[in-house]
Amino acid sequence: MSRTTATVAASLPDHWEELVTAALLGTDRRVPPGAAPGPQAPSDLLDGAAAATVRRRAGLRPARPAERLRPAPEDPRPPLPQAAARRLGALLADRPGASGAGRRGAAPDLMELLPQWLQAANARGYAAPPQALPALLDAARGRTDLRPAALRFAGPRALWLARLNPDWRFALRAAPGGGPSAPDLRDPQGIRRLWQEGLFAERVTLLTALRSRDAAAARTLLEETWTTERAEDRLMFLDSLRAGLGPDDETFLERALADRSRNVRATAAELLSALPASALAARMGARAAVCVAVDRTRDVPTIVVEAPHECDAAMERDGVAATAPAGRGERSWWLGQLVEAAPLGTWPGRLGGRTPEEIVALPVADGWQGELHAAWCRAAVRQRDAAWSRALLGEPSAPEAGGPGAVSLAERARLLATLDAGERAAWVAGFIETHGLSEAFQLLGVCAVPWAPPLGRAVVDALNIARDAGSYPWSFSGVMGLAERCLDPSEASRLDALLAIPDEPEDAAPGAASYWSEAFQRLVTTLRLRGAMLAELAPEEPAP
Amino acid sequence: MTDRGVRRTVTRAPAQTCDAASDGAGEAEAAAAASPPPVSPAARRRAERRTERITAGAAELEQRLADLLRGGLISAAQSGPALWEETAARMVDAQAPGLAGRVRDLGALASAGAGGDAPVRLLEECALLHLLARAWLRRDRLPEPLAATVRSRVGLTSSPEGPAIRDDWLVLAQYDTSDGRLTTRRIWLHGTASGHTALLLSYGAAGRAPDLTLPAGLAVDAELTPYPGAGQPRMALTERFGVPVPTTVRPPGTTTSGALARYGAALRDDPWRESVPVTLDRVQPVPDGDGWQLADADEDHALPVGAAARSRPGLWRLVALSGGAPVRVFGECGPRGFTPLAAWPQGPGEAVPLC
Repeated sequence: MSRTTATVAASLPDHWEELVTAALLGTDRRVPPGAAPGPQAPSDLLDGAAAATVRRRAGLRPARPAERLRPAPEDPRPPLPQAAARRLGALLADRPGASGAGRRGAAPDLMELLPQWLQAANARGYAAPPQALPALLDAARGRTDLRPAALRFAGPRALWLARLNPDWRFALRAAPGGGPSAPDLRDPQGIRRLWQEGLFAERVTLLTALRSRDAAAARTLLEETWTTERAEDRLMFLDSLRAGLGPDDETFLERALADRSRNVRATAAELLSALPASALAARMGARAAVCVAVDRTRDVPTIVVEAPHECDAAMERDGVAATAPAGRGERSWWLGQLVEAAPLGTWPGRLGGRTPEEIVALPVADGWQGELHAAWCRAAVRQRDAAWSRALLGEPSAPEAGGPGAVSLAERARLLATLDAGERAAWVAGFIETHGLSEAFQLLGVCAVPWAPPLGRAVVDALNIARDAGSYPWSFSGVMGLAERCLDPSEASRLDALLAIPDEPEDAAPGAASYWSEAFQRLVTTLRLRGAMLAELAPEEPAP
Repeated sequence: MTDRGVRRTVTRAPAQTCDAASDGAGEAEAAAAASPPPVSPAARRRAERRTERITAGAAELEQRLADLLRGGLISAAQSGPALWEETAARMVDAQAPGLAGRVRDLGALASAGAGGDAPVRLLEECALLHLLARAWLRRDRLPEPLAATVRSRVGLTSSPEGPAIRDDWLVLAQYDTSDGRLTTRRIWLHGTASGHTALLLSYGAAGRAPDLTLPAGLAVDAELTPYPGAGQPRMALTERFGVPVPTTVRPPGTTTSGALARYGAALRDDPWRESVPVTLDRVQPVPDGDGWQLADADEDHALPVGAAARSRPGLWRLVALSGGAPVRVFGECGPRGFTPLAAWPQGPGEAVPLC
């Protein structure tokens, strides 16, 4: 007892050790201290041990403290409003396994709301309540998608805490500046030392953090050691320049085109082609322009394509992969890469002064349309060109927009991401009004949260139509889940009419009506909850 | 708060509730919850018969303990758990659930193996069991408060008596333990005006949560009635006057030495006490090998955190709340260390439950 817990004053004359020995061996073999051998010995032993036990317990003294912890760094952010702190507790308590609930029924899925809650709390710059940090770290441990927002909200004390518990090591790896030797980004010497001596992961983290703060400083740091880095490290470091890419990076990237590693060269070329004013983009534009022209001799002006006949050394140096994947013709493979990397601004001049819409509308001879349009799509995404994206997306209500046209849903989702949020929402709303929800999931995923009113209305109307048509609601569970998280909470009141269980149409799937009602109920409950949740995070009004 | 509210009795402690001192004995009693205090001649005869059976049981237990020590604890360990199970069953037959519970705990301790301080703990528990059986056999020579404690420890029921205390009671902690047959809920309260610390015990059959629930961190205006027994903290909630409300009051704290002194003093009234409720002020959680300590911020002293508390998520909440700075912590302090149950930050803030 005295070893593992508090210590006892050593001076007590209680013969404790002898008592323990006699008890273990038995009084027949060992006469306890202060007792005579005989039938009375066990009782004497127990009397002595009882007195000693109570005396030892009464005489307990505190132990010496182990080495104390260094205090956690201050978190200067303001504390959460009380209601929001309670809400956070409820969201964190709803982790899978914590409740063991299988089917959700009409109850909201609180864990799915945590990302939104964290985003809102971070936007307002609140500090996490210290006692919530363990649950927050556990949640982030289980879900990597939560980590960036959770760790940002958790703040400096969470990193302090994570050093004490091996379960939370991930936080030290994931957080910029989380490592034990993390330098202050305003301390150039510390940065240089970590860059020179740090482990690979620490260096990537450092470079990424510095890049988001001072793009030029990060590039300069990388240039210093560039020639001494291993090929796979160079690739990762180069990739971190993707954030904050600008014309100033061109000289460095142009030099990387001569790298020993093919992957490094390809990445450098890809980054350069995202800079339409770069020399590489101009070279690619010139090559691509040779291949694509308008034939005015036909009845209708038509685009004709003459794909390149060879992939020369200069093309390879500019990142064109010479070997086509199995099953693809080399010439179309080369063409795709040239058009993809050519500045989109090349085309109106090359193709008779036409606008992007007019160019996309031109017929393309000899079956080249798929290849050409797909390459333009990739270029529009890479160069984040809204005008071309708009042209390639076309009208959302066009019949071919719903079918497997030249532009796949995944490509459309990427094109949409280049448009501003309002335009994106309007396009997807138009798409849903014409084509329904079955193809819309991927497109909805790129829309800004909360959904703009026209988009929200389109989704609710489409769900309503699907219910009236007697479809099973679980065919739409993906969209339902998105709607719970993304519909504007103020739409909840307009959904009340959908909560009633309607008469089942004759051709309806049996039992579907009550499932629909339950799904809508959960939708409304979740929206109300989100409304309350966001209101709690609003700054507290000063008392009137 | 209460003047506006309607006075109504929310909970009246049922006469059936059993008594216990702070720990352990309660479960056994509740399982064997017996008759209300004897009133009729028949009931009195029943009570007398029960007393005789307990006396016979205590004498038999003494004999068994003597046999055990004569042969030694090592050889007893070789005979396996049947020895303890049979003895526990005999104590149940003797209607002494408090003795039966202690014997079962001894069996668990014996089967846990001989590693670490197991032999020491085994001897301690044997000695305290012997002390209890002996105290029962000579209870007529004990002062009445101690005799009441002995009756309660052996497993006889009693009813709350003594002057009721009305106060705004801060709910410090609420937690459940279960032995498979019975769920025991402990609720610790701090009287914000009186300064009393009170323990409410309630029970639920296996798998069912006990009825009484009070929200930790809030204060409730209520009347509590103490149970008999010297120095024991158990009370019954006899009347509630309002809904729980937030409070800024915190129990006053002491140092780690103060906490151990309080435990030592409590043993004077009840040598079977396993822990006392204590609030530590200005302590810091400190990692110590595989475990943790609570160290005085201003003195070179520390208490180990009890083994059971080490694996609970509450310990990490405590560490996070502290951030290396001193905090105030309420918990149970005993010979195996300190079990933290609630904590307050250095600055303003509500109680943070740790259990």
